[in-house]
Amino acid sequence: MFQIVRKQEMARGTIIRFDISAPKIAKKVKAGQFVIIRVNETGERIPLTVADKDEFAGIISIIFQVVGKTTALMRSLKEGDLLRDVVGPLGRPAEVEKVGTVIMIGGGTGVAILHHVAKAFKQAGNYVIGIMGSKDKELLILENEMTQICDELVITTDDGSYGERGFVTQPLQKYLEERDDVKLVYAIGPIIMMKNVCKLTEKYKIQTMVSLNPVMIDGTGMCGGCRVKVNDETRFCCVDGPDFDGHKVDFEELMNRNSLYLKEEKDSLLFSIR
Amino acid sequence: MLEHDVKYLKFKTYLNTYCPHCHNSFNVEKKDVRQIEFKAVFNQNEVDLKLSPYLDVFDVDLSVPIEKGEVLDDLLCPTCKKSLIVKEMACGECGSPVGEVIISAMSKLIPFFVCMKYGCEWHGLTKADERRIKLKIPRQDMPEQDQTLRVHNFQEVPYGYTTELALLEAGRCLQCKNPQCVLGCPVNVPIPQFIALIAEEKIDEAAKKIKETNLFPAICGRVCPQENQCESTCIMGHKDKPVAIGRLERFVADYERKMDLVRVPIIKENTGQKIAIIGSGPGGLTVAADMRQLGYSVTVFEALHETGGVLTYGIPEFRLPKSIVQFEINFLKEMGVRIETNHVIGNIHTIDELLLEFDAAFIGVGAGLPTFMGIEGESLGHVFSANEYLTRMNLMKAYRFPEYDTPMPKGFNVAVIGGGNVAMDCARTAKRTGATEVTIVYRRSRQELPARGEEVHHAQEEGIKFKLLTNPIRYIGTDSKTVKAMECIKMELGEPDASGRRRPVPIEGSNYIMDVDLVIVAVGNGPNPVIFQSTPDLKRNKRGYIEANPETMETSKEFVYAGGDIVTGSATVIEAMGAGRIAARAMHAKLSALREKKNKPKKETTKR
Repeated sequence: MFQIVRKQEMARGTIIRFDISAPKIAKKVKAGQFVIIRVNETGERIPLTVADKDEFAGIISIIFQVVGKTTALMRSLKEGDLLRDVVGPLGRPAEVEKVGTVIMIGGGTGVAILHHVAKAFKQAGNYVIGIMGSKDKELLILENEMTQICDELVITTDDGSYGERGFVTQPLQKYLEERDDVKLVYAIGPIIMMKNVCKLTEKYKIQTMVSLNPVMIDGTGMCGGCRVKVNDETRFCCVDGPDFDGHKVDFEELMNRNSLYLKEEKDSLLFSIR
Repeated sequence: MLEHDVKYLKFKTYLNTYCPHCHNSFNVEKKDVRQIEFKAVFNQNEVDLKLSPYLDVFDVDLSVPIEKGEVLDDLLCPTCKKSLIVKEMACGECGSPVGEVIISAMSKLIPFFVCMKYGCEWHGLTKADERRIKLKIPRQDMPEQDQTLRVHNFQEVPYGYTTELALLEAGRCLQCKNPQCVLGCPVNVPIPQFIALIAEEKIDEAAKKIKETNLFPAICGRVCPQENQCESTCIMGHKDKPVAIGRLERFVADYERKMDLVRVPIIKENTGQKIAIIGSGPGGLTVAADMRQLGYSVTVFEALHETGGVLTYGIPEFRLPKSIVQFEINFLKEMGVRIETNHVIGNIHTIDELLLEFDAAFIGVGAGLPTFMGIEGESLGHVFSANEYLTRMNLMKAYRFPEYDTPMPKGFNVAVIGGGNVAMDCARTAKRTGATEVTIVYRRSRQELPARGEEVHHAQEEGIKFKLLTNPIRYIGTDSKTVKAMECIKMELGEPDASGRRRPVPIEGSNYIMDVDLVIVAVGNGPNPVIFQSTPDLKRNKRGYIEANPETMETSKEFVYAGGDIVTGSATVIEAMGAGRIAARAMHAKLSALREKKNKPKKETTKR
């Protein structure tokens, strides 16, 4: 059993942050790695990337968007409540080294994971440029944290209610035009965003890493449900990823595979409401 | 009568007897008189002979006086007048001729013998006769759930032997002096001995006998491929069908559990040394039990939230009830084995970190990485690896969706690729979740099907179709990118390959399209990379599995042992247990030597 020591609601309650007491995981987890959570005995296993950790307090943080039954159930939990299972750290950590200038792009809840990776890149001595996007001002998360980490930060909103109006690709293009010292781009967010970012950086031949979030059950390489096509080879996101070279990922396939259970998700949610 | 059979019948059991020729009953019942009536010939006179119909009651009534010890010349059926004497047989006590009657007992007909010597109370058999008769007892089937009923539930299919059936089956064992069955067993269970104990109705002792070498008989009795192991070498199998060793093993274990006779064994004095076990599957559990019994403190690390490994996530409820697996694991806990779930070794602790705290480690993580065939359309929706399908169903209980949160992959027209036990499990699971048609697609012929005979039989009974000598070459998807059909090619068998099985070769131009809406790929597994990512100095063989010394199961890292599928590639539960046993033995030898070494200088210091 793992206790939720702190709960924070963000973005009109659609995005939740949990600080969970998990000392062993906190000691080991690195940026980019994830945990799998099972809320209760009948619960499903859902993968969530670790958004932050406090090794000394033995705490890991996860930030999730309420999308289906399990996340709705998690929102209803209070501080002090227990989670049945938390497994981790899983996946390979992000490869963090000093490369010079990196652009970190986060969309929506993706910023939660991104800021952990960005922090690691900053600590490694890189010049970090942050670009974060969301639908509107209220859905924007972790702005303060990102401001502290990044040397430069650009914010975009789809409706222009905050920062620049438009998508993250616009400031990205501007940077790529203006600067020739960008060595690496990290993009974490909705699949469509990562796909568009990769399309753009490919033109400029800049290495781009993405963090993928396919359907997953065990998270240890056993089920093969999280298979993605990378460089035309079948790779398992849980043990080979979750970070991959974005220029080699088959995003179309990932999108199709991730939409397989939409109906069941709805059924499950309806069942739980009934 | 067969010596063993007598024992199943209670003293004074009323015997219903019949003529072996005309099948008329010998029994006569008038008011309070119950007798068996024969015609006998003595000194060329026909005599009326009436016997008590109760077993072990030797009351005889003759129409002419005969002295005790005299031998009748013949025994006839009063109806058909044919002789009942069996020429090739003789009384085991006095060598006199014997007459044969058929008795009906235990819902079957059993030959019963009467000695012709008046006063002789023998009705057993000589060893040679016993052998002849034993061949006449057919192999006993296990009662099981009706096939039309069971495809709608997940309850276990066979109910297991009743005591009556088990005693009958145990009676078939010839008690060979050089038992071949024991050699066929990877952990050398003393098979004739435990069967003899069943025959003596000492079933709890039989359970103890098995547990001398196999700690999990309830599991092995259900999932071992007995027809390739112990039962394949049974002498009975040469003339008839082999003794149903697996079913008896299962019966004994179930009896022990149901009667609450399971006791925690004596644990040896604490050695002060600690063992880490990675993976709570059959291999790991065996090492845990063995080492704990020897006095080591044992911790088992399991990556999933539930213990049991393949026994839990892989084998379905209807073949191995999870309550049995959990019973065995609780038993280990009672022995003092610590179990840590949700621990992915390699990530949360590396092997090297474990060795700082533990004196030795055993890696039994299985071959959990699913293999795909690399053909077009394999990443379409509703194409699953067997692992994912079974994990959803067994571990996550998706068949009870939406009560359980994990969605169930549902198909009406299901194809399962592969012919092993896993393929059968998938097919039968799909059938139980409402598929109208389930087809096993296997590239070789029936003869090469690697699944247990019983599983193939059950699958067929449940209406699973078999498309043999067929291989998929492409999956075709709908607009929403889920599978709707697959293109297959027919195969023929060519020259034998490295495994000794004939290599399947595609027949050109034999392609055809088959409609499917769910595909389960059950073509085997590869080694899981997690452990290797953090332990690069663990030596691997050509196929990528851990290299271990077959005599000790020790790996290239000292004090690190490995066994089961992560060493051999996909194999059986019992082979993993066998490897676990070897590892435990070697580990114990090495750690004991180390203890002695450490203790010696201590003694010297006390002297000073």
